[in-house]
Amino acid sequence: MAAAGMKIMVGCKRVIDYAVKVRVRPDKTGVVTEGVKHSMNPFDEIAVEEAVRLREKKLAGELIAVSCGPKECGETLRTALAMGFDRAIHVEINDPKVYETLSPLHVSKIFAKLVEKEKPGLVILGKQAIDDDCNQTGQMLAGLLRWPQATFTSKLSVNGDSADITREVDGGLETIKVSLPAVVTADLRLNEPRYATLPNIMKAKKKPMDKVNPTELGVDLSPRVEILKVEEPPVREAGVKVDNVDELINRLKNEACVI
Amino acid sequence: MLGLLWPRLRTAGRLLNVNSRVPSGGKRVYSEQPRRNPDFGSISDADIARFEIIIPKRVITSPEVLDSANVDWMVSCRGNSKVLLKPKSTQEVSDILALCSERHLAVVPQGGNTGLVGGGVPVHDEVILSSQLMDSIISVDETTGVLVCQAGCVLERLETYLSDVNLIPPYDLGAKGSCHIGGNVATNAGGLRFLRYGSLHGNVLGLEVVLADGKVLDLMSVLRKDNTGYDMKQLFIGSEGSLGFITTVSLLCPRKPTSINVAFLAVTSFEDVVKLLKSAKSGLGEILSAFEFIDMSAMEGVETYLELKDPLRDCSNRLYNFYVLIETHGFHSDHDSRRLDDWLADSMDSGLVENGTVAADYRQMLSLWQFRERISEAVKHEGRVAKYDISLSLESYYRVVTATRERFGGSVHRVTGYGHVGDGNLHLNVVTDESARDLRDDLDKFVMEWVREAKGSISAEHGIGLHKRGYLHYSKSSTAIHLMKDIKKLFDPTGILNPYKLFI
Repeated sequence: MAAAGMKIMVGCKRVIDYAVKVRVRPDKTGVVTEGVKHSMNPFDEIAVEEAVRLREKKLAGELIAVSCGPKECGETLRTALAMGFDRAIHVEINDPKVYETLSPLHVSKIFAKLVEKEKPGLVILGKQAIDDDCNQTGQMLAGLLRWPQATFTSKLSVNGDSADITREVDGGLETIKVSLPAVVTADLRLNEPRYATLPNIMKAKKKPMDKVNPTELGVDLSPRVEILKVEEPPVREAGVKVDNVDELINRLKNEACVI
Repeated sequence: MLGLLWPRLRTAGRLLNVNSRVPSGGKRVYSEQPRRNPDFGSISDADIARFEIIIPKRVITSPEVLDSANVDWMVSCRGNSKVLLKPKSTQEVSDILALCSERHLAVVPQGGNTGLVGGGVPVHDEVILSSQLMDSIISVDETTGVLVCQAGCVLERLETYLSDVNLIPPYDLGAKGSCHIGGNVATNAGGLRFLRYGSLHGNVLGLEVVLADGKVLDLMSVLRKDNTGYDMKQLFIGSEGSLGFITTVSLLCPRKPTSINVAFLAVTSFEDVVKLLKSAKSGLGEILSAFEFIDMSAMEGVETYLELKDPLRDCSNRLYNFYVLIETHGFHSDHDSRRLDDWLADSMDSGLVENGTVAADYRQMLSLWQFRERISEAVKHEGRVAKYDISLSLESYYRVVTATRERFGGSVHRVTGYGHVGDGNLHLNVVTDESARDLRDDLDKFVMEWVREAKGSISAEHGIGLHKRGYLHYSKSSTAIHLMKDIKKLFDPTGILNPYKLFI
């Protein structure tokens, strides 16, 4: 596949901004999202930035941003367009019940269908979303497409029809080579996303945004998971000072029950 | 020759800032570290024992602790106090001050010790009276927004606490992780939200203050309107600890905005900055919360020393002449974003704004604020920084920077201007070599004279403290200063509260 014309598809999830103090809804069925600041998943921002940089290096052609969700996802896509993307695809999911149980398997199936249509040479996703921390969509997508996958990528260089990848793993850094097309998931140190400047923000308003219905794609969005209850984590209690070793042992044994 | 008569005092290897003033006779007089007032008593073991009775286990005499309490954040002056007291209650403060008054012991009130004019540390052996343990939050009324708390509450902690009831403090400073509300009130702190929420003179509804003789002055109130006699609390706000020790504060807090936006813009000239300010006031109206500016030199400093990159670096890779940082606070996210977008689009179309960006998320907001908040830190790397915090009319505002640059540019590393342009408050920083003392004296004189000519304030926010005593008369008439001294004498006849500060 000729690298210069290579299409790149990137997923952009709209999530509650990382700095927001998330609260559980009184009915304990989920978290409060009304009136709460949302923004693009930080790892997806990094994915968007990487794609734009590849294009600046003339290693990519058309850049397509994809988001699945209610109409507000349009804002998320405009951010990607303002950062330099050419086109956006908004997979509309307007039913809040369906959206609430949307999971990586659904999303990866949607992406697989879009990939079939658009035929990108590279799909870059954030490694995980900061709201559910699933870290599954990229891997599932690669499985569905039977494509190579390079997850937790902290360095990416495209060379013709393959890419050299450095991955962040528990033991350190792993270097691999994958043939394209491939799915890459972006880790924190891959890059630092740029600010979208005003002239580009203005231009983004005019860039095309296609709306797609998931049923058109033939993807079944029935829930695979039932949310039983959502609760706040237990309140962190203050630390306690003890006066001597005997008291320490006593409390570790009888209160904390750890020895 | 004058040098022989006024020996320079070196403390901890650092020379105190030397202020010089030129009275109309033209003769140079250096006002240096003031001599210790011989009328003050000296701390004795008996005094320590009596303090111990009032505040057991909270009379600190250990050298390590005293070491850091004796020096200010800027490391510009160091005293040699031997005693640090940490009361927990108003009664304890009252008993302490009664004792100090009886023994003529000088006292320096100390909050978070984040002041920038040497006002919160001893000059000699003054007893340090710290508000650190007076950190109870007494009450907060979610409807009226009134917070009542002790003077030693750290601003950041108050912010967190208030956030839970959807309120915010009406002021915000870079020092918020350490500064105490008592100190903020005593210095009439301004800060980053001043444009929107105004001065502490308007937001403080009540105070409880202990006077020099230990008498407790109850001026506490949670009422918005109270025209019953002279509004005495106003005297203590900005009095820099010289009229009384603030123990409790009642503060009016605004609602926490649910929608915050930050935009960072580049403009060509300072005239454009002013035009943009005017335009923002109508285009953004009541949601405008902060309007700060940064000149090219400050941006260059931040890029060089902090390895941050100008977010607006374009393909020509040049820095812009001026940058403006705007923050909006509102309650309707969609409405605010659209309003900001429309105003930005108009500003770009009209050519007033060359380039800009809007923060897409909180991370970018914090990141953009860094370019304004870390300038101080950045230029510190370059040499010794002479900092001027001045208020000027918008016509004169940037001209003081260009004038200083013209006069001194060749002999210093950097002349930069940045700050709360929306409030008419400029931070002028000049970076010199550590050794260039005479140059800094000339610089001081030049800038202060310039400000006086322009009828500006030689200290917009930072106050007078120790370092700016020599310049008080540049911005206030002698009649006013005499009256101030009379008031001081009324409240503190033996002058034990924060001596050597404010007045020469």
